[in-house]
Amino acid sequence: MTFAKLAGRRLALALPGLVGVVVVTFLLNRALPGDPAAFFAGPAATPQAIAEIRIKLGLDRSLPQQFILYVRDLARGDLGKSLTTGQSVRADLLARLPASLELTLCSLALALAVALPLGILAATRPGSWVDHAARVVTTAGVSLPIFFTGLLLVYVFYYLLGWAPAPLGRLDAFTSPPPPVIGFYLVDSALAGDGVAFRASLHQLVLPAVTLGLFAMAPIARMTRAAMLGVLASDFVRTARAAGLAPRTVLFTYALRNALLPVVTLLGMVFSFLLGANVLVEKVFAWPGVGSYALEALIASDYAPVQGFVLTMASLYVLLNLAIDILYGLIDARVRIEG
Amino acid sequence: MAKVLRILGAALVAVAGLAGSARAQGRADTLLVVTELGPNSMDIHGVGTNRPAYQASWNLYDRLMTYGVKTLPNGSQMYDYTVLKPELAESWQVGADAITFRLRPDARFHDGTPVTARDVKWSFDRAVTVGGFPTFQMKAGSLEKPDQFEIVNDQTFRVRLLRKDKLTMPDLAVPVPIIINSELAKKHATSSDPWAMEWLKNNVAGGGAYRLEAWRPGQETIYARFDEWKSGPLPKIKRVLVREVPSSGNRRALLERGDADISFDLPPKDFAELAKAGKLTVISHPVENAFAYVGMNVKNPPFASLKVRQAVAAIIPYEKIFATAVYGRGVLLQGNPIASLTFGHEMLPAPFKTDLARAKTLMAEAGFPGGFETTLSFDQGFATINEPMAVLVQESLAQIGIRATIEKIPGANWRNMLLKKEMPIFLNAFGGWLNYPEYFFFWNFHGQNAVFNTSSYQNPEMDKLIDAARFETDKARYAELVRGFTKLMVSDVPRVPIYQPFLDIAMQKNVKGYQYWFHRQLDYRQLSKE
Repeated sequence: MTFAKLAGRRLALALPGLVGVVVVTFLLNRALPGDPAAFFAGPAATPQAIAEIRIKLGLDRSLPQQFILYVRDLARGDLGKSLTTGQSVRADLLARLPASLELTLCSLALALAVALPLGILAATRPGSWVDHAARVVTTAGVSLPIFFTGLLLVYVFYYLLGWAPAPLGRLDAFTSPPPPVIGFYLVDSALAGDGVAFRASLHQLVLPAVTLGLFAMAPIARMTRAAMLGVLASDFVRTARAAGLAPRTVLFTYALRNALLPVVTLLGMVFSFLLGANVLVEKVFAWPGVGSYALEALIASDYAPVQGFVLTMASLYVLLNLAIDILYGLIDARVRIEG
Repeated sequence: MAKVLRILGAALVAVAGLAGSARAQGRADTLLVVTELGPNSMDIHGVGTNRPAYQASWNLYDRLMTYGVKTLPNGSQMYDYTVLKPELAESWQVGADAITFRLRPDARFHDGTPVTARDVKWSFDRAVTVGGFPTFQMKAGSLEKPDQFEIVNDQTFRVRLLRKDKLTMPDLAVPVPIIINSELAKKHATSSDPWAMEWLKNNVAGGGAYRLEAWRPGQETIYARFDEWKSGPLPKIKRVLVREVPSSGNRRALLERGDADISFDLPPKDFAELAKAGKLTVISHPVENAFAYVGMNVKNPPFASLKVRQAVAAIIPYEKIFATAVYGRGVLLQGNPIASLTFGHEMLPAPFKTDLARAKTLMAEAGFPGGFETTLSFDQGFATINEPMAVLVQESLAQIGIRATIEKIPGANWRNMLLKKEMPIFLNAFGGWLNYPEYFFFWNFHGQNAVFNTSSYQNPEMDKLIDAARFETDKARYAELVRGFTKLMVSDVPRVPIYQPFLDIAMQKNVKGYQYWFHRQLDYRQLSKE
């Protein structure tokens, strides 16, 4: 099966899931308490004014009719309007998604950079101090609630020590953002050759990325260790060693490549739950991402952004799973054939 | 592992050094404001415009007039509702049936267009036509129809009076009657949107002391001084950055570390602590014409019974609420002369004090010796104060057999619940812009049953007093009327006043010139940094 065919089939398989997400978010949002018309009408609104706004928003129609309207708008790429920011949801999400993705990817990279070597070291020296250290780090990482880690880091590194910059979002107050290309400030500022913005955004990123990364490190390190232990004890590694291959070659070329499959599977899951955990980190660090956006909207009974957020996330997961399937193929040739 | 730690440490040290150098530049004439929520529109006439948008509008647009300033005994400054000062209008004459305004000949909008009477008319026509909040607010000053607004010539504008109303002039200096650059706005108007509502939501066509430099909804708003501004002394602050920081703990940390200059949005406990620590300036003003209260629905049993309401008033633990829920950030009304504190006009002793025996007797007389079950609701958006307050009220109600279940209503649904007028007993607060007792009573207790008349209180006698006070010109007679309707509220107890809240603000010691405004938003024009 060709690669394009595989990708196409995977995407087609995801369609029913997306349709389900559309229906469920629509219904869930209608079940929320709160009347957007009353909210929209503002103070001193008369009941007539609210009724007028209800008609304007289409809230006087039956649920199926509202759903048809919603799907029709969706097909046009119109996700509706946010009442809290006053902007179209699509514009809001497009402006905020890069912030969330940049943060998530950076923390994932950070977690990988620490957790992979840690897992490998722990597996090659079980019972040693490295192994114990890995156990302590991973236990701490999963057992500390994420907002607590965030607040603690802000308290220590910003409030007490003054090392970290103020938790004011993606840039400090006096740096202007680089001209947008892909929306990642690190990439955009590097492309624009703007050193000040690059450093400023890097500094703002450190604490939130460490907060999220600590959380992600635990499962990656544990999974790497377990998978490596299994692979290192297997026959082919013994054969390779017996054949006199260099320990480095055995470890990285043979053992690690085979141990990576479960780790990559896990990475997909870690990435998706990091996107979820973003909500709290964004709140603590005033990070203008999609998570805090959806949370604010939820509090304000603002339907459209919540629906837009869930849909975007669902689409992201679909793409993510596709990417992971492709990665499988690269790591393990058998997967590609079985398709 | 050790290496990783070293790298992390190095990164953090680098961060520290750079943050410091970045901070040094451009801070002297720039003000960094941290806030919980930012504006959702740039148009105060728009549908669903939130309160932070009033701040944007106030600084970006001019009005014809503004209020004077007075210094309080404690040295703090506040607007003076008795004095109107020129803003875009350089002078005016109040006649028997019209007010004539002379506009400043040198006034310009941000794009350089001169301000003319045509702009004023277009803006006022818009405010009275688009409906909703702006139209309501204009109506409060008897400004109702476009034919009231006349262009005499480029520099002269006339308002025809429908009736003699003492609120007409004050109402022209509230945030709603902004002067919009009509030529610019009309370019963006369409046949279905003649008032350019869509465009003005995201764009500014004003001539205020500040221009909009950038607006990232949900993140930040940046203002730059409009150097050609002629409607008052040129502001000292050249640039204002308003950042949205959702966590209140971080807002406090930013102030304490000296990174942010000023913030309104902290819980009362933090203000109490910051005021005590003395590192920052904390300025507090009792909010005029406002109080927080326990409201009861007078239409439905059991609170339809006057005796039950009196029993509730006699059991509420006023002092405890004030100390443990409000942290003393306000003025306790119980035992204080309510009217004098809240309205600045009249003195009436508050009749409420905690008295268990009296409350029990009243309950028995009302026919509820064994009490009843009910639901106590509050707005979760203000949970920091409301939640402990609700628990205290719940506990004390239990002493007279009223078993109340607490219901937290999400902020977005609160207005909806108020509109339905079905909540039996609830916590709420109200503050009016215009500092007149009859204005407060008109919204809260008049038989027209506005959304703020949360108790559905309707009493023809009350309406008569309120309506008469609004147009009464004789001082003694007016005082009599105010005393009359205040007494009526106290004896009928549709609501039990608890305290008058403070408007607290914390700022760095070098920030000067803060002024309290009735709209409770920050006016950047008076501020300076030393």
